[in-house]
Amino acid sequence: MIQATNNNSTITRTESVRVIPANDAPVNIDSKRAKRTFSHIRGENTFKRTLVITAIAMVVLVVGIMLTLVVQSVPSIKALGLSYLWGKTWDPVSNTYGAFPFLLGTLLTSFLALIISVPFSFAIAIFLGEYYPKGWFSNLLKNTVELIAAIPSVIYGFWGLFVFVPLVRSFETKLGITPYGVGIFSASVILAIMIIPYAASMGREMMRMVPSHLKEGAYALGATRSEVIRNVMIPYTRSGLFAGVLLSLGRALGETMAVTMVIGNTSLIPKSIFAPGNTMASVIANEFTEADRTVYVSALIELGLVLFLVTVVINVIGKRIIKRFSN
Amino acid sequence: MQAAVKYRIGKSTTFKTLVVLLCCLCVLPLIAILGYIIKEGITKINWQFLVNTPKPVGETGGGIANALVGSVMMVSVAAIMAIPVGILCGIYLSENQNKKLAYWSRLSIDILQGVPSIVIGIVAYFWLVKPFGGFSGLSGSIALAIMMLPIVVRSTEETLKMLPPSLKEAALALGMPYHRVVLKVILPCAIGGILSGVILSVARVVGETAPLLFTAFGNPHMSTNMLKPMQSMPLLIFNYATSPFDDWHNLAWGASLILLAWVLLLNIITKLTTRKWNIQL
Repeated sequence: MIQATNNNSTITRTESVRVIPANDAPVNIDSKRAKRTFSHIRGENTFKRTLVITAIAMVVLVVGIMLTLVVQSVPSIKALGLSYLWGKTWDPVSNTYGAFPFLLGTLLTSFLALIISVPFSFAIAIFLGEYYPKGWFSNLLKNTVELIAAIPSVIYGFWGLFVFVPLVRSFETKLGITPYGVGIFSASVILAIMIIPYAASMGREMMRMVPSHLKEGAYALGATRSEVIRNVMIPYTRSGLFAGVLLSLGRALGETMAVTMVIGNTSLIPKSIFAPGNTMASVIANEFTEADRTVYVSALIELGLVLFLVTVVINVIGKRIIKRFSN
Repeated sequence: MQAAVKYRIGKSTTFKTLVVLLCCLCVLPLIAILGYIIKEGITKINWQFLVNTPKPVGETGGGIANALVGSVMMVSVAAIMAIPVGILCGIYLSENQNKKLAYWSRLSIDILQGVPSIVIGIVAYFWLVKPFGGFSGLSGSIALAIMMLPIVVRSTEETLKMLPPSLKEAALALGMPYHRVVLKVILPCAIGGILSGVILSVARVVGETAPLLFTAFGNPHMSTNMLKPMQSMPLLIFNYATSPFDDWHNLAWGASLILLAWVLLLNIITKLTTRKWNIQL
């Protein structure tokens, strides 16, 4: 605000200085003034046009991304048809392409990650939104959550590969199953850590929005704190919490690097959650530069297209819910 | 009666303990990751590490100068492309809130924000790598710029919306042309929020690997030519971490620590700017 008033006063001064001589010598200055007005109008129009162009550019960008994906995946859609999506073998050497192992891998890792991360996200949301909105531990927790979101995914993958995967391997040896170490389970846990912040920060905002008269009413009826949280706050914020979970899911589906590094990269259908597998994003990352045949490349792009469409739907729905909630 | 109340209070305490416990558990992986990266990375970093290019397998030493230079160049070029467009689009969205174009544009931004980075990599490959016949740093920059756009647009729009309308009205009443009102009055007032959005977007793309896999591709030698393949920090970490050689792993640990420090520094700067201007992102 202070800045704003300062700006205003300087503008007033310069403008008034410029206006006064215009009244003293009408003929000469009037043409000058007209010129200035014209140049202002021209500037204004150019500026407005630029704004509109940038806004259009965003739409064009998204439409372009979609069109590119569709056009490039046409060869595979033509050659393989719809059976591509539930074909069970992916063997580029013999020219067979079935995306089912990757669809399954993506769904398994994302939903496992979601199941692991949601209790933590909600706990953080409740802790920061209701129990301790202020204080040193809340600050620490808030910063922790922000840091978790800030760490690049390749670093998660690297850490996962060298620290977490050996742990899982020794765990698997104890369980008596083939000790791969890498696999769906490792990828899900790493993913779970990565997506905690999204649902958590969304949930915190939602918890803060619960009107206090609702909570106070419940307290007045003799409810305990946990009853207030479970019977008043969570039902009130349900749609918002759901949107937060959706957004995390969107992140989990598209996450590439960390998953690629710890999932094991085999194109077989995973037999258990400890078996190695592949997700749509990781198979693109691994095979795109090696793909030599048109159908091969375009089959990979079709995976990208599916990924794109799914994340678009999830994100749009999530954003809609949030918008409705905050209105 | 007494017992029922005690039971409910006990349940409430248990619930609270559970919540606190889960929150404490969340801090653990972060500490584990940061601790391990710092422990492994700190011993590898010295002056030679920063100014040399990687040595072939078997030779000790070598550094990550090419990745540092590549990352800085690509991210700067991406920022130069994305920031003006993003700010202008943000201005449009905040000035024309109810227009049809604004609706579609806002929807596009939402979609863009959710697009997996690997998909942007594929698209950049078909737009820029294939037509021009080869991987290049510039195509990587453009992929990164696409990823930066939504964050810049959003932060600009949100900051501008928070300014009091009287500010704009006063300036317009003085006879200032519209573009000068925006550029000389509104933008300077909102610069804090916009700046923090820009820094945040840079922090986000500095660590991006997936869009660079098919665009910048990576380069074991020092290269400052934007039209040739270029190395970047996250690419180097990915390639060397998945290699079977210990020397390369060491390089990757050092690079991870530097990348992490870089990202954290940018985040802290964002935090300080938002606190200084009292903005919520």
